[in-house]
Amino acid sequence: MTTLRKQIGDFTRLRYKRRKTLSLWMTFLLSLAAIVACSALFAVFGYVIIQGAPHLTLSFFTGLPKPVGEVGGGMLNAFVGSVLMVFLASVVGIPWGIATGLYLSEYGRGRFSFCVRFCADMLSSVPSIVIGLFVYVLMVKPMHRFSGIAGSAALALIMVPIVARNTEELLKLVPQHIREAGLALGIPRWKVTLWIVLRGSLGGITTGVMLGIARIAGETAPLLFTALNNRFFSMAPDQPMASLPVQIYTYAIAPFEEWNRQAWSGAFVLILFVFVLNIVTRTVLRPGRGSVRD
Amino acid sequence: MSESILKVENLNAWFGPVQALKNIDLEFSPQSVTALIGPSGCGKSTFVRCLNRLHEEVPGASAQGKVILQGKNIYDVSVDPVLIRRKIGMVFQKPNPFPSLSVMENVVAGLKLAGIRRKSILMEVTERSLKQAALWDEVKDKLNQPGTSLSGGQQQRLCIARALAVEPPILLMDEPTSALDPISTAKIEELVVQLKKNITVIIVTHNMQQAARISDKTAFFLLGELVEFGQTSNVFTVPREKRTEQYITGKFG
Ligand SMILES: Nc1ncnc2c1ncn2[C@@H]1O[C@H](COP(=O)(O)OP(=O)(O)O)[C@@H](O)[C@H]1O
Ligand SMILES: [Mg+2]
Repeated sequence: MTTLRKQIGDFTRLRYKRRKTLSLWMTFLLSLAAIVACSALFAVFGYVIIQGAPHLTLSFFTGLPKPVGEVGGGMLNAFVGSVLMVFLASVVGIPWGIATGLYLSEYGRGRFSFCVRFCADMLSSVPSIVIGLFVYVLMVKPMHRFSGIAGSAALALIMVPIVARNTEELLKLVPQHIREAGLALGIPRWKVTLWIVLRGSLGGITTGVMLGIARIAGETAPLLFTALNNRFFSMAPDQPMASLPVQIYTYAIAPFEEWNRQAWSGAFVLILFVFVLNIVTRTVLRPGRGSVRD
Repeated sequence: MSESILKVENLNAWFGPVQALKNIDLEFSPQSVTALIGPSGCGKSTFVRCLNRLHEEVPGASAQGKVILQGKNIYDVSVDPVLIRRKIGMVFQKPNPFPSLSVMENVVAGLKLAGIRRKSILMEVTERSLKQAALWDEVKDKLNQPGTSLSGGQQQRLCIARALAVEPPILLMDEPTSALDPISTAKIEELVVQLKKNITVIIVTHNMQQAARISDKTAFFLLGELVEFGQTSNVFTVPREKRTEQYITGKFG
């Protein structure tokens, strides 16, 4: 007994110095990795600011695209299109995602819910261009036309698994004894679910929803085969619709300098929107800070 | 001897294939306090959770037998467990106020979700229930603060007020003081004695002195079986069963 303890002691002492140096090195490497990751973000952001901010004028937000060769014009059609499609996708995707999350956390048991969970995870890792192709086959082909609706559908499909899994994870944090307290009061299960469990997690769920919105607002690939693009101002959901990411893409690969400049400005606006949405969500609606009161 | 308000006949309960309660027969008389004692894992919690049909909410759990409340078996297929739970309130071992609800919202949660919205009624019930739970004086200026901001002992009394707000004739308490300090414990014991004037209390406790102090009758459980049931004074002084004597004198458990 005592000899064993002595051996362990010797071993630990011998190794102590080595461990300390190694620990220092490892900490250094890990910090370095973190710094490099962060600086990538700052580099991207900085570059987009330098390229995009100087040409940002009011008419960029209020004007429509001008024919090639003419200077000026804006991306109003793309802004409106993006807002419309993200809004439509949210109207469908948020309730659907939350409902799925509720099912998984509160009612789902056994093999079926395992499948649903697995499918949700698979769906959120499907490349977004594949989602676009899927909606192309499902909606664009039968309708014989690219449309804002099809674009929204593709965005909603991307949003649902994100919101669903986030909601599920948050609801699972609500301890079982809180649900039992509600049931023991003679409150029907569905009311316990909605008014006690869901309401208590509203802050966190809203965070997930906002991050979902930020995510789909920047998606390009799923819109390429669905909403396509539109050079003109259009709010008709059954017509091709412009969107900020696709407009940026179109302008960026075009051989006209004026268009390239505008692509940078669009990128700047888009990145700013996503950035601000992220920051607001993470600071104002931090999960675990209690609910958002009505 | 008055008619019993709750009568348990041949109750059996399972967690999946494991039987947790075996052939329990027990009666509770109105306006009395019954203490349930026994070593950990003997089925006390399972037993009280069968009385308000909460047991069946655990995945895989089931119960069989009769629990007759005011002449009607609560395990009849036609009986809605929700209505049973409004008549049989419950306080848990760990204080569990609803997070993100204020003190007042916690108290009236049962009423509000049953559709009662009138401000004056809700306010009245809040005051009455909190007074019954001996908490009113401490929280009357904090009604809009989160329920979870109270101390542990206050939270437990808040949970008692929440259960009392729906005016159940029977209150189940599963080790309500085991997570609390002695002063809060004393308050809750005092409260139970007061409650007895109006309602029936069934309280699980690990604390022999507590059982002796507050209860009229005591039931001793062991390994899922009811070993002894009788007047508290008899159970603690002249137990019929050897195993009861061994338990209350600290020989095991
Ligand atoms: N959720 C559960 N799943 C499976 N077995 C359980 C569960 N809860 C309790 N049990 C078992 O049932 C028996 C009775 O438990 P319980 O009623 O909690 O005892 P007590 O409250 O007297 O300490 C114990 O053997 C315990 O292991
Ligand atoms: Mg217990």
